[in-house]
Amino acid sequence: MPAILLDDVTKTYPRSNSRLVLRSLVRQWLGISPTDSFAALRGIGFSIEHGETVAVAGSNGAGKTTLLGLIAGVSWPDSGVIRVEGSVSPLLELGAGFHPDLTGEENLRLNASLLGMTRREAGLLHDRIVEFSELRDFIREPLRTYSSGMVMRLGFSIAVSRNPEILLVDEILAVGDQRFQGKCMERIRELKRRGTTIVFVSHARAAVEALCERALWLDHGRLMLDGPVGEVLDAYAGRAAFQAASEA
Amino acid sequence: MFQTDSDTARRAPGNRTKRQGWSGEWSFLLRNFVAKDFKLRYRNMSLGVFWSLANPLVMMSVLTFVFRKILSNDAIADFPLFVLSGLVPLNFFTVAWLNGSTSVFDNGGLIKKVGFPREIVPVSTVLGNTVHFGVQTGLLIVFTLGFGKGVHLSWLWLPVVMAFEIVFVCGLALLSSAIDVYIRDVKYVVESANLVMFWLVPVFYSFAIIPAQYREVYQLNPIAAVVLAFRHILLEAKAPPEVLLVKLALVSTAMLGIGLFVFGRLKRRFADYL
Repeated sequence: MPAILLDDVTKTYPRSNSRLVLRSLVRQWLGISPTDSFAALRGIGFSIEHGETVAVAGSNGAGKTTLLGLIAGVSWPDSGVIRVEGSVSPLLELGAGFHPDLTGEENLRLNASLLGMTRREAGLLHDRIVEFSELRDFIREPLRTYSSGMVMRLGFSIAVSRNPEILLVDEILAVGDQRFQGKCMERIRELKRRGTTIVFVSHARAAVEALCERALWLDHGRLMLDGPVGEVLDAYAGRAAFQAASEA
Repeated sequence: MFQTDSDTARRAPGNRTKRQGWSGEWSFLLRNFVAKDFKLRYRNMSLGVFWSLANPLVMMSVLTFVFRKILSNDAIADFPLFVLSGLVPLNFFTVAWLNGSTSVFDNGGLIKKVGFPREIVPVSTVLGNTVHFGVQTGLLIVFTLGFGKGVHLSWLWLPVVMAFEIVFVCGLALLSSAIDVYIRDVKYVVESANLVMFWLVPVFYSFAIIPAQYREVYQLNPIAAVVLAFRHILLEAKAPPEVLLVKLALVSTAMLGIGLFVFGRLKRRFADYL
């Protein structure tokens, strides 16, 4: 069985208009789908085998984040089947739930438990996380005293500290300075070597090609192409160039 | 492993997913959430948890002054203790319910980004408030002793009754916090309801003076039932009547069931509306 399987998945979002919310809610309960909505994903289907590393390409609004959100269990599809086998580490946003008035240490515990670590795991990984983040001297200070780079470092270190079966990465490698970014990529490559299934969203073509063998190209919620990374990125780049030229 | 099945979707709209993607530990997460609430509230206060004593003490003094000195009503013995035994359960109810109701919306950023069990949010908010409930009940016990009432075995019922109230408020907060995501007016409804509760729960009048035809209605209000039970236990040193306990147990578990059910249905679209 594949690590991730999607079959004919459609996801719509309501167009937010607070006055309509009650009405659309009633419609939903009655089984009438909300008319005032737009489809972020339309009939998406693919499967990813264990240990595969797959990039998702597409312009803004193509549905990349929605796709990761569905796999991560943040939201539910309107229709279709999603099967995910194995523990998922979502790197959708670093330091989700961080609070500036809590210390690094306290934020670490809270974030680790949110990401699905057990008390035992969090205890075992604690030292490794602190060491990776290079924040040992600051870990008992409140987070508001950290620079934004330090906050991101702590968030990343927690998120990649365990060895998940599936890792979802959404455009988060702009972490810290050049050296720390290198360290992050190295950790992701290490997870890949250990057989972690990785779904990777990034606009940095070099990073994508270095890591992934396969890519999916999403455009306006549809799966345009699914194949070897070079081919798919060329097709996507070609379309983008064509659009830019026709708009000019 | 979790799966989403369109067949189930066709059979029951709104019940289209079975998901166990989050592999963590409920108790660990709940503990961290409650600890976070608590630390944030008290870290920057020099008097810390003693603030939770101020509110019931002030209210008790004001009510005693109004009823004893202005209305010259001496019908109820040990009036300050009587009022306080009503204020403590009511206070927990109003504050925990209000905080719980807005908790999902307040944690919207988190819910949009991490697939953890959403039920944790309102439940931890309510449980965070039990700390005050405990401290205020301690105050109530000090007052009980101060009014010359001895320690009694019936006090063992106190934690039982408190547990029922906590379960009830958890259920109510699950319900209102889920609706609050879709309809933001919930907060104002809760605030108004809390104001009404101050008058409709027998805080500063006794259950005995309520005309017979309204008593049935009063007994449907679980907070009134908790106040009644508190007074049985502390003022009269008696175990609460069995009928009262059974009703309280039924109503609070039913409320929790309803809360979990509605929350479970509505949570699927939280991330889309927040």
